[in-house]
Amino acid sequence: MTQRKNEILLTAPTLLWLAVFFVIPSFAMFLVSFRPANADGGIEPGWTLDAWRALGDPDYPIILWRTVWLSVVTTAVCLAIALPIAFLLGKLEGKWRGILLMLVIVPFWTNFVIRVAAWRIILHPEGMIRQVLLNVGLIEPDTLLLYNEGAVLMVMIYTHLPFAILPLYAAAERFDYSLLEAARDLGASGFRAVMRVFVPGVSRGLLTAMALVLIPALGSYVIPDLVGGPSDEMIGNKIAQRTLGNRNLPQAATLSLALLVITLIPILVVFLINRKEQADSR
Amino acid sequence: MKSSRIPAFILSLVLVFLYLPILLLVVNSFNEARYSSTWGGFTLKWYEALLDRQNRDLWDAAQRTLLIALASSGISMILGTLSACALHWYRSRLQRINYGILYLPIVIPDLLMGISLLLFLVALGVTLGSGTILIAHVTFCASFVTVVVLGRLQGFDENVIAAARDLGASKWVIIRRIILPLLAPGIVAGGLLAFTLSVDDYVITFFVTGPGSTTLPLKIYSMVKHSKDLPIINAISTLFLILTFLIVWLSQRLTEHQPNRDSP
Repeated sequence: MTQRKNEILLTAPTLLWLAVFFVIPSFAMFLVSFRPANADGGIEPGWTLDAWRALGDPDYPIILWRTVWLSVVTTAVCLAIALPIAFLLGKLEGKWRGILLMLVIVPFWTNFVIRVAAWRIILHPEGMIRQVLLNVGLIEPDTLLLYNEGAVLMVMIYTHLPFAILPLYAAAERFDYSLLEAARDLGASGFRAVMRVFVPGVSRGLLTAMALVLIPALGSYVIPDLVGGPSDEMIGNKIAQRTLGNRNLPQAATLSLALLVITLIPILVVFLINRKEQADSR
Repeated sequence: MKSSRIPAFILSLVLVFLYLPILLLVVNSFNEARYSSTWGGFTLKWYEALLDRQNRDLWDAAQRTLLIALASSGISMILGTLSACALHWYRSRLQRINYGILYLPIVIPDLLMGISLLLFLVALGVTLGSGTILIAHVTFCASFVTVVVLGRLQGFDENVIAAARDLGASKWVIIRRIILPLLAPGIVAGGLLAFTLSVDDYVITFFVTGPGSTTLPLKIYSMVKHSKDLPIINAISTLFLILTFLIVWLSQRLTEHQPNRDSP
């Protein structure tokens, strides 16, 4: 019996904290989405489906679709860049592996807002990169590098890349590179050997990397706000607007729930594949 | 050897891509010219400008950020250590639920955590400010501390506890003299991670902050958003970078050692 008491003493403080400040608020969000909003940005008593119906507004499906599209492209590019890097890091031995791995992680320690701000300052109309490109004649004088979809995509790739490299590296480190030589001996070309032997070999790492990039990318708010234009808004921007600027909390709640449902898809996929693999290996 | 030439090329391009913005930012913090397109000579005037009376609010924000980070890492060190011990030593249904709830704040986008907490606080009629920022930070930091301490517990030699018990040590003596010293590097590393996460956070803080409770990331954000005092942002970001590197370096030093090597 004292065992049980100890267990509860150890578990209760954190579990209660998370129950009050994480689990209950998540349900509160669900309840708020069925409340009517008033003109002052407050919540009225009673129940309504207004906020849910408003999701059908022509604006929202476009923004939802853009959110998914930008996040999927970011994920695809990050995986495509991270795969050869993980391949190389996994193959290297000794000191260089550690040094290069460190070099990949270090920018990641920098404050997130500062990293995005740095891009905004560099891509600024008076900033260095635009001036260089202008002088070389690569861009027209009226071309802006900021406030467009390209800038949003590039900064999203920039901030999420380490999330793709680290799990893929962890998988590549355990990969048996002699399998590639075997494939070459059997007549496969180098590229073919990598695609048919290495990529399936690190599939678990690919799956983790996919989830680690896709999930935070879907919830992006800072990046489209700082380097995107008005037509590059993602669902995170709409949620922030409905919470603070043009306040409508029930609407913010339905948009958040829509985002939650979308992010649950990659979480569920990873969960189900992991469970299937565990079942298979038993 | 030919096959690794393409990955090596990609890696060097990626390293340039990763470092270019940060390096330009640091270099420009010493640039006399207002815009980064030209080099106007070396200067420290942007750092001096940080000391100006009119930039007092920056220091207020920095102070608030540090205090909230200290408090939230302290509380989440306690909460995270307790839950890591619970997860490590018990295998019950309760722990399966505990595990799931502890992992969710790590996976869920921070935007969703921020908005749900805000709706909850508004519904309760709580005044938003430093207190609510602290609550929010502890909520996401506790999970990260749990994961770090749990990693340390994995290398824990249970025989030490059994031996102490056989020698007649009481529960409190075992906790104070054996468990805590052995876990200390993990707890401190978890605390430092919590500290950096708290200092780094923009999104969640943005939702639960109240009037007058600006943190440094919020302040930098609004300066960047309004393209105001860009060179000063470079200077303060450079100082911020140095602080982060010091903390990370410290936590790396603490986690480097294997659990069995530095046991007393």
